Amino acid sequence: MIRWVLWTLGGLLLGGIVHLATVLAMPRAATQDAYSRIAAVTPVNNMVPLPVPSAQHSVLPFMDPAFATAVCRYDLSAGSIKLNAPVSEAYTSVTFYSRDSVAYYAINDRAAGRRAIELDLMTPAQHAQVPEEEDVTAADRLIIDSPTRTGLIVLRALAPEPGLMPMAQRALAAAKCHSQAVE
Amino acid sequence: MRLLLGTFFTFALAAIVGLGATWLTLTRGVAFGSLTIGAWTAWPKSGSQDIDPYAHAGIARGGELPIGIGDGVAFYARADDTRQVFDGRCSFVISGMTPAARFWTVTLYDTNGRLVANSIDRHGFTSQEVVRETDGRFTVAVAPQARPGNWLPTGGIERFVLVWRLYDTPIGVAATTIGEGPMPAVTRKGCS
Repeated sequence: MIRWVLWTLGGLLLGGIVHLATVLAMPRAATQDAYSRIAAVTPVNNMVPLPVPSAQHSVLPFMDPAFATAVCRYDLSAGSIKLNAPVSEAYTSVTFYSRDSVAYYAINDRAAGRRAIELDLMTPAQHAQVPEEEDVTAADRLIIDSPTRTGLIVLRALAPEPGLMPMAQRALAAAKCHSQAVE
Repeated sequence: MRLLLGTFFTFALAAIVGLGATWLTLTRGVAFGSLTIGAWTAWPKSGSQDIDPYAHAGIARGGELPIGIGDGVAFYARADDTRQVFDGRCSFVISGMTPAARFWTVTLYDTNGRLVANSIDRHGFTSQEVVRETDGRFTVAVAPQARPGNWLPTGGIERFVLVWRLYDTPIGVAATTIGEGPMPAVTRKGCS
């Protein structure tokens, strides 16, 4: 009898470990995460608009239909990425997601405080190689460190009314993300 | 023999308990650090690097991109103020005020995060297009049949989710959770 109680206790304990391990492994094991869904429809290191979600089709679940969205699926292995995004009249935001869907940095047009949002995205190793004086002279040059080599830059522009959607999409169409390949 | 049987029993139990708990927590959406105001619940940390492992696993499995904390915060409601689960064949009224934000949107989804087909092709409202009363308050009718004023159609589906997104807001960023409100009230008005 005692023996079976011990077997059960062992099973429960091991079950707890299995539970924690599967939860922690899920972000890496998921095949239908946002990055995979977007990778299926976008090229790498290029800013492309995503279709506005509708009842028939949506690239990702829970997308806000009031926003025009553009995505740059980046890969930093060849070099850093330069992002240039003009802001729309209503509201524009840029959010950086790591390969496993963590929003590690987000900024909106007002926080950026300029007509365009300009950022450099690099790995911590590439950031360390940026000459120091360059870092100082370009004081307004914003450098973001990506925790993963690949990931997503998501640009969102609000259409406050459905009729303003073309305006929001036009604003995003001018956005660019370039790979600064090392010579 | 007994040892073999015992080991097998333990491993089987571990698999059932471990995977069962994972499945349950991911389908129910367990996450820590939630911020609940009335019927609305947000997980502000899910939009930052401080995301907890459960929310992280849920997001990876579901395939959505959480709204970044520097962008805004998303409040989810699956039930009304009296904790009655939303039924798309019933009508509900959202009314009141919202916390300070530059813009907000309210959107209706099915439980998988898809927009719901309807006759007027409306899936939500933005703070700019919603029709308000003179004091700035507003009322949105969430119902299967057409309503005067702000009508958000449910398409008659069984279960739906409302998502209230506040953009450029101090909510969730500030350390205090006291006096974060108000969020709009959600009340049930009967079923057809």
